[in-house]
Amino acid sequence: MSTENTIEHKIDKADLEGKQEYTITVYAENRIGLLNRIAIIFSKRKINIESLNTSPSEIDGIHRFNIVIHESYEVVRKLARQIEKQIEVLKVYFNTNDEIIWQELALYKVSTDEIAERVTVERLLRQYGASAVVIRKDYTVFAVTGHREETDALVKALEPYELIEFVRSARVAIIKDSAGFHEKLKEFEAFEPGEELVENEFLDKGQKIFTM
Amino acid sequence: METAQDTIQQTGAKAETSKTFKGSGSQVLLNGLIEEGVTTIFGYPGGAIMPIYDALYDYADKLEHILVRHEQGGIHAAQGFARASGEVGVVFATSGPGATNLVTGLADAQIDSTPLVCITGQVFAHLLGTDAFQETDVINITTPVTKWNYQVTDAKEIQEVLAKAFYIAKSGRPGPVLIDITKNAQLQIEEFPEYVKCNHIRSYRPKPKVRVEFIEQAAALINSAKRPFVLFGQGVILGKAEEEFKAFIEKAGIPSAWTIMGEGAIPTSHPLNVGMLGMHGNYGPNVLTNEADVIIAVGMRFDDRVTGRLDKYAKQAKVVHLDIDPAEIDKNVKAEVGVWGDCKETLPLLTNLVNENKHEEWVAKFREYNQQEIDQVITSELYPAGDEMTMGEVLRNINEICGGDAIIVTDVGQHQMVACRYAKFNNTRSNITSGGLGTMGFGLPAAIGAKYGAPDKTVIAIIGDGGFQMTPQELGTIMQFGAAVKILILNNRFLGMVRQWQQLFHDKRYSFVNITSPDFVALAKSYYIEAAKVDERANLRAALETMINHEGSYLLEVMVGRENNVFPMVPQGMSVSEIRLK
Repeated sequence: MSTENTIEHKIDKADLEGKQEYTITVYAENRIGLLNRIAIIFSKRKINIESLNTSPSEIDGIHRFNIVIHESYEVVRKLARQIEKQIEVLKVYFNTNDEIIWQELALYKVSTDEIAERVTVERLLRQYGASAVVIRKDYTVFAVTGHREETDALVKALEPYELIEFVRSARVAIIKDSAGFHEKLKEFEAFEPGEELVENEFLDKGQKIFTM
Repeated sequence: METAQDTIQQTGAKAETSKTFKGSGSQVLLNGLIEEGVTTIFGYPGGAIMPIYDALYDYADKLEHILVRHEQGGIHAAQGFARASGEVGVVFATSGPGATNLVTGLADAQIDSTPLVCITGQVFAHLLGTDAFQETDVINITTPVTKWNYQVTDAKEIQEVLAKAFYIAKSGRPGPVLIDITKNAQLQIEEFPEYVKCNHIRSYRPKPKVRVEFIEQAAALINSAKRPFVLFGQGVILGKAEEEFKAFIEKAGIPSAWTIMGEGAIPTSHPLNVGMLGMHGNYGPNVLTNEADVIIAVGMRFDDRVTGRLDKYAKQAKVVHLDIDPAEIDKNVKAEVGVWGDCKETLPLLTNLVNENKHEEWVAKFREYNQQEIDQVITSELYPAGDEMTMGEVLRNINEICGGDAIIVTDVGQHQMVACRYAKFNNTRSNITSGGLGTMGFGLPAAIGAKYGAPDKTVIAIIGDGGFQMTPQELGTIMQFGAAVKILILNNRFLGMVRQWQQLFHDKRYSFVNITSPDFVALAKSYYIEAAKVDERANLRAALETMINHEGSYLLEVMVGRENNVFPMVPQGMSVSEIRLK
């Protein structure tokens, strides 16, 4: 599911029923308690949230949540409707991985001695595009930004060399076809809803199935 | 309160500083309630809400406060009030146990879309998170069962939050809202601006602008139908669209069946009203759901008790679904055409485009099935041959006495299904029952609230012997405030619905359904409420007439057959077309 600019999207039965990774993007007011209100929509249905990030959006005062789940299209569509129903939520989009640009940040703490002594480690780090964030006598912290497989691969590679600590951030994602939220916000702030605003995917079935 | 501030600014309404008010947060809250048109509050005081009650002392001429006997009774009464009147029900409760006692009612109001504004007291803001006396995390406890909730810690937020609460509770798909106010905010003295009602929140769209193309698609489908069938729910009542709905089905000549929440939206006697859907609904509507070619669902949500087994539900039919809540469209049953909107607006547009029709053969089919049901189920229920009284014959007598003009409030169980099946209604907002949540204990307090919501109506609470024992304390509320509620206990000395399932599906292993009761007549009389008991048919009619014609509240206990079952029945996991008549 992407924004209104996407017209064509192939949708077959496997897409509808098969589980895959979806990234849900929620535009919402920045309000205490809203995270809980959104999170319980998933836990009520016993659906695990793989990754959750809250951040500012392109618009001052409006927050953007990125939520990653592994579910079927039908389930994600219903979840999106339930999230959008919350009073302080403005808009919900959901996308498959090929419709977004996404990144995760991982930090690795390794023993500096190991790094210094073993050339292979250095090579590994180069190979995985890591950068050194902190270098101390006792340990060094490296950072890698990328997809899950990339950050995971470095964990595996570092395992033989005393990986002291590892942590990875939630996913942040940009929707490829999104024109941003500035224009949408104007419609929301208007007293009377416009045509654009009332669009949603079941109403537009058959024409622009992925238009919200 | 950034968002509420925004709201006010976005409405373009100017907060006039000329009519400011200097006083406490509690006073400005009560002033706001009056501005919102509130006249009746159901509540129970306690430590953390004392400043509001202290202020209330001076508002006795403007706000009627009904002191209930338990907060659950308070919120069910507010639900009954809202359902009977179409207004927002208001509840006061204190922090901690007072607030947690609201949870069942909130869940009930959430699932049945009942507009409520609940005000709970909370400990001082500086004590939040310290496990202070009577502190509970009310906001998080109630989040899944409220349409919106908010904790106020500064009196300056009260007006905006209250205005928002009323707007959210009653607009769009209605629901319960809870405002938790810390004690310091209740006490805080401020100079407050004039109260401004809320009519826009930028992140909340209660209803969309109707898209005509979907109305056209729906009309085309309806006009092409040979066997169209309308299923209507409470959305028709909540949307105050009863007349628009009637005009639609009359022009298109479509037989129409109701969910129990939609019952009464059109009179029982309407020729196109073909009866009740679902597990204990009528024979024809269930069987013919799987024969209709176009189903038009209006303000209903295809609950599992309505659909039975979903993968065998109306598979042959194309579905047109009219709903104000977009999350309901395509949720359980896929719609061919989803018409998102307020049915008060969408129905007249649809009526304009549909052809006049009668569908006589198709309507006659419903009558044929109805005749079978009369022969095999209804006659023996309404006119039993045996000595034991049936719940159905009690309902028949009520119909004959009241003529369909009473408000019937039910609890949950066999008596509820019998009442919904057999009660006659001439008017909307006359059937008040706990539909989605199935809350035993709902009946008595909801009936009290309904009486305040519709004081000119006869309000009859029909309750089982089990359900009555869940909230009997509200007899005290009746005693003190005199709500003239007629309480009819249908006593079969069993938890009848569970017993019926144990009989049918658990080899008659009657596990803890054998419930004993106190002397209900003596209990009522201890509350100074007139009461009587009937155990013979010969006395039934006169006893019911005495109850209904009695000036004040009255309790009548009727001993009915112990092991009667409610039929027809769609057993769980079966298709609606596999409905059993016995």
